[in-house]
Amino acid sequence: MNAAAPEALRVEHVSKRFGAVVALQDVSLTLKRGEVLGLVGDNGAGKSTLIKIITGFHRPDSGRIFVNGEETVIRSVDHARALGIDTVYQDLALVPGLSVAHNMFLKREIVRGFGPFRLLDNREMRRRARQYVDEIGIATLRSVTSEVATLSGGQRQAVAIARSTHSGANILLLDEPLAAMGAREGKQILDLIQELRERGDVSMILIAHNYIHVFEVADRVNLLRGGEITFDKATSETSVEELTEIVAAEYRR
Amino acid sequence: MAVVEGAPSRRRASQIGWRAAGAFLRQREASIFLVAVALVLFFELKSNAFLGSDNIKNVTESMSPFALIAAGEVMLLICGEIDLAVGRTFAFAPAIVWLISSPDKHHLPIWLGVIVALVLSAAVGLVNGVVTTLLRVPSFITTLAMLYLLNGITLHLLSGSQQFMPGGPTFQNIFGSQPDHYFLWLNSEFYWAAGLVLLVQFVLWWTRFGLHTFATGGNLLGASEAGVNVRAVKVVNFVLVNVLAGFAGILDSTRVTTIVPLQGGPDYMFFAVAGAVIGGTSLFGGVGTVIGSFIGVGVLTILQTGFNILGYSAFTFPIIIGLAILLSMVATVQFARLRNLGRFQ
Repeated sequence: MNAAAPEALRVEHVSKRFGAVVALQDVSLTLKRGEVLGLVGDNGAGKSTLIKIITGFHRPDSGRIFVNGEETVIRSVDHARALGIDTVYQDLALVPGLSVAHNMFLKREIVRGFGPFRLLDNREMRRRARQYVDEIGIATLRSVTSEVATLSGGQRQAVAIARSTHSGANILLLDEPLAAMGAREGKQILDLIQELRERGDVSMILIAHNYIHVFEVADRVNLLRGGEITFDKATSETSVEELTEIVAAEYRR
Repeated sequence: MAVVEGAPSRRRASQIGWRAAGAFLRQREASIFLVAVALVLFFELKSNAFLGSDNIKNVTESMSPFALIAAGEVMLLICGEIDLAVGRTFAFAPAIVWLISSPDKHHLPIWLGVIVALVLSAAVGLVNGVVTTLLRVPSFITTLAMLYLLNGITLHLLSGSQQFMPGGPTFQNIFGSQPDHYFLWLNSEFYWAAGLVLLVQFVLWWTRFGLHTFATGGNLLGASEAGVNVRAVKVVNFVLVNVLAGFAGILDSTRVTTIVPLQGGPDYMFFAVAGAVIGGTSLFGGVGTVIGSFIGVGVLTILQTGFNILGYSAFTFPIIIGLAILLSMVATVQFARLRNLGRFQ
């Protein structure tokens, strides 16, 4: 990881409240191009809120966001997507009653025809969905026409990840992408993240509870606690033990 | 050996047969379609008049307004909302046509009256949609209020009395034939209903908007996280159901030549919703079929006319309809349970 790489995303002094609950307080973080940033923190620390602000789902109460060095007010999920930001949400954002293929292309449907007569190109969506599913290695998924409701938790997670990694985004936000996965499936996803990282054109924020996963693929790790970033180090300069110790120490206090 | 050699092709043929039957039964419309066929056979065997041309005209004519209302209501139910006031839009739209085009009133061209009526029906849907999505009032309440509001407005517009529906013979032939002017043997109202049902089903299956309607009802939060503008989807469907209901009201008033302030109403809305639900549309969103609702209102109409032909008293109809809805819902729910056995949620 080149320390002088240009920044892909910078969040400055962002705060967000929900009624009386302060979700984020003066949070700042930087993501360099091609970097994988591990974001760790307790449940309720504000990780998912931060992700949802960057992806345009929530608006921050204050603070600024810079995308590729330019200050940007992210208005909507569509707007974020147009800026090259895509997200794997913690809840996956899949529709159980729709097929794998339709979920894979939700809001990015492939259409044929022109003007008001544009119709869904289901065959092409199925073909590409099959290709993405094979690439990511969900061998157990028999058909991309299956409803997502019939999939296992790990399979669903893989579908959500395949959807984002093929969105053409250069900033990927992964909110606990490994939560429902078995050891083998989890390894496949970590390999995929590693592959994207080696390509160098995609920057990622990875939220995970398992520090071993974080240290396996992340270049840098940030600890979010009580709505604030309290720790920021390159993974090469720290260790799972040190991070665990810091987190545990604050509990003992 | 000869038997064994001959077996595979025969077995394959029977496998294909079973697979085709299985694929058919997995369609949501399948069970209600079989019920419709069974009922038609039953009434024909019992009465020998059910498939007579008079009764076919009668059934297709009676079911048309319900089919139109149900088509829009299905879209709205799929995206997770309901409109209880569409039966009032059914009376409101022809009242507007009367106000604008009647010789007793402004006497403007009938097409202008129809267009204004449809635009105002759309406006009713817009109000319902905006109050529901932006002001966050549950649609059950929003449209319950609209049900009363619209009824009062219609009563005022018509001065509380029955009026003649304007429109010349050509208009009548196209938008709701009189008894001696059937178009291709059936009432033109039925062709409008059948055509629009197919059109709405087409939109539901083959367009991005249709897919987003499913997504909005199937997982509201997930769909909006994926970037679907769920509020816009809902508002458009509120507009759609009200335009369809207004249009159905215009067709029906043209057919019977009069506008009654209390025509339609909650009865029509519930009949349409019942047809939609027994046709395979979920009240909880995310699931539904327009063609299924068409067959659903067909079944309810067949029941009504069938028992009429068999000579049952009109007092008995509501009992039969009530039992039919109950039984078909039990059947649908259990059928769906069997169909979904083995899938994990």
